[in-house]
Amino acid sequence: MHDAYEIRGAESHIEVHKFRAGAIIIATLLALVIQAWFPLHLMRAAILDLPLLVTIYFGLSRRNPSTGLLLGMVIGLLQDSLSGPTVPLGLYGIAKTIIGYLASSIGARLDTEHPLARFALTAGFFVVHQGVIVLTRRILLGQPEPWFNLHLAVAAFINAVVAVFLFLLLDRLRKPS
Amino acid sequence: MVGVPSRHRSLVLLAGVILLQVLLLAVQIKRDSQGRLIRVWTVGAVSPFERAGSYGFGWFRNVWHHYFALQNTTKENEQLRRENEALKLQIAQLQGKAAEADRLAVLLNFRKTHAEVPMVGARVIGASAGSASQTIQLDRGERDGIRRNMGVITPDGVVGKVVEVYPNTSQVLLLTDKESGVGAMLADSRIQSPVGGVGEPLLTMKYVPNDDTVNLGERVITSGMDRIFPRDLPVGIIAEIKPGNPFKEIRIKPAANLERLEEVLVLLTLHPLEMKKDAEPAGAQPVASNPSPVVR
Repeated sequence: MHDAYEIRGAESHIEVHKFRAGAIIIATLLALVIQAWFPLHLMRAAILDLPLLVTIYFGLSRRNPSTGLLLGMVIGLLQDSLSGPTVPLGLYGIAKTIIGYLASSIGARLDTEHPLARFALTAGFFVVHQGVIVLTRRILLGQPEPWFNLHLAVAAFINAVVAVFLFLLLDRLRKPS
Repeated sequence: MVGVPSRHRSLVLLAGVILLQVLLLAVQIKRDSQGRLIRVWTVGAVSPFERAGSYGFGWFRNVWHHYFALQNTTKENEQLRRENEALKLQIAQLQGKAAEADRLAVLLNFRKTHAEVPMVGARVIGASAGSASQTIQLDRGERDGIRRNMGVITPDGVVGKVVEVYPNTSQVLLLTDKESGVGAMLADSRIQSPVGGVGEPLLTMKYVPNDDTVNLGERVITSGMDRIFPRDLPVGIIAEIKPGNPFKEIRIKPAANLERLEEVLVLLTLHPLEMKKDAEPAGAQPVASNPSPVVR
């Protein structure tokens, strides 16, 4: 069994990575637990969206849209479940499903191994993720929320920075090619 | 997934997964005073069809009630139309009977005021078959005592004389016929002159000298000189006067409505008759007694 294989595009060869057994599940659960636990002790940590970063990372790495969107859906629904009764099931689910799909699709076309690319992509995905959430809240929940503000811009920047280092950490879960 | 290209499978899956979660959201979300969102959506999705169905059903019901169901209305209309026509016919018959009763009453009154004159009432059952003659057919004949040359009148005036008699019917020559004639005179000036028909609605009075004064509208009555009609029966009124040579050309409008005769009286005598002076046949009022036209 190959640990990694290539997607042959028109001009470039994109590597698809495999991960150690249970790596995705463990990383996802850890991200959710930390996300739920960390803000209890550090309020400013709530600005981080670790489940989103995990979704982006595995989407970019696996580079399979179907797998990516399903993983995003599962992570999002779990996050919804852990977010209390004020967050309906599906709010993060929808957003992370879309992000999982986009990340997988973009990862299959671009080289996303470079830290700068990861930074930019994460910042962009964060904005899209936030946009989907606001859209869902506005349309489905009838809750007026700002589309974007300085706080969200800072959050996008911080998440992107964190993502660069987190992704390096997660790279260690890959099977060696 | 069958029938979906592999490059689109993820898109379809994405759409399906998002839709599923949207539905999941809708099930949970409860909007103020509107219930759960899934219910709002369901109602919103179904109501256009319900509305369309309602309008469609309303339209169908409207069409049914106003067009197809009108079959019964059409039948009902037809029945009402028939009833209406029957009622109209009945009214016409009743009006005819009322008019007939009035006429018979006038005839009866006429008979009462001329009790000395034997007469029989008869119904007009026919007219001449051609324009060459002016005749009518009566429903009484020889068995009823009618004979040739008997006079025929109505309370309004002279009609003509009997020219043919059959056992049960008789034929009357009207005054308007060319061959007809009656002894007459002007009611005011008492100028006597026979009056006859010319085959037209108006009669003509012959032999009135140009020197005699005759006025339009003057009454013409029977003179009794023809030995058929008693004196002083209305013949008509003068409608036209023209100077002629050597006599005036006088046209008379018949007193009796010769074009619309229904009942007449036949004078059952061939002897000269003398009518009462105070008789006013034309102005007689209907009476409520037995209107039998037979008055011997």
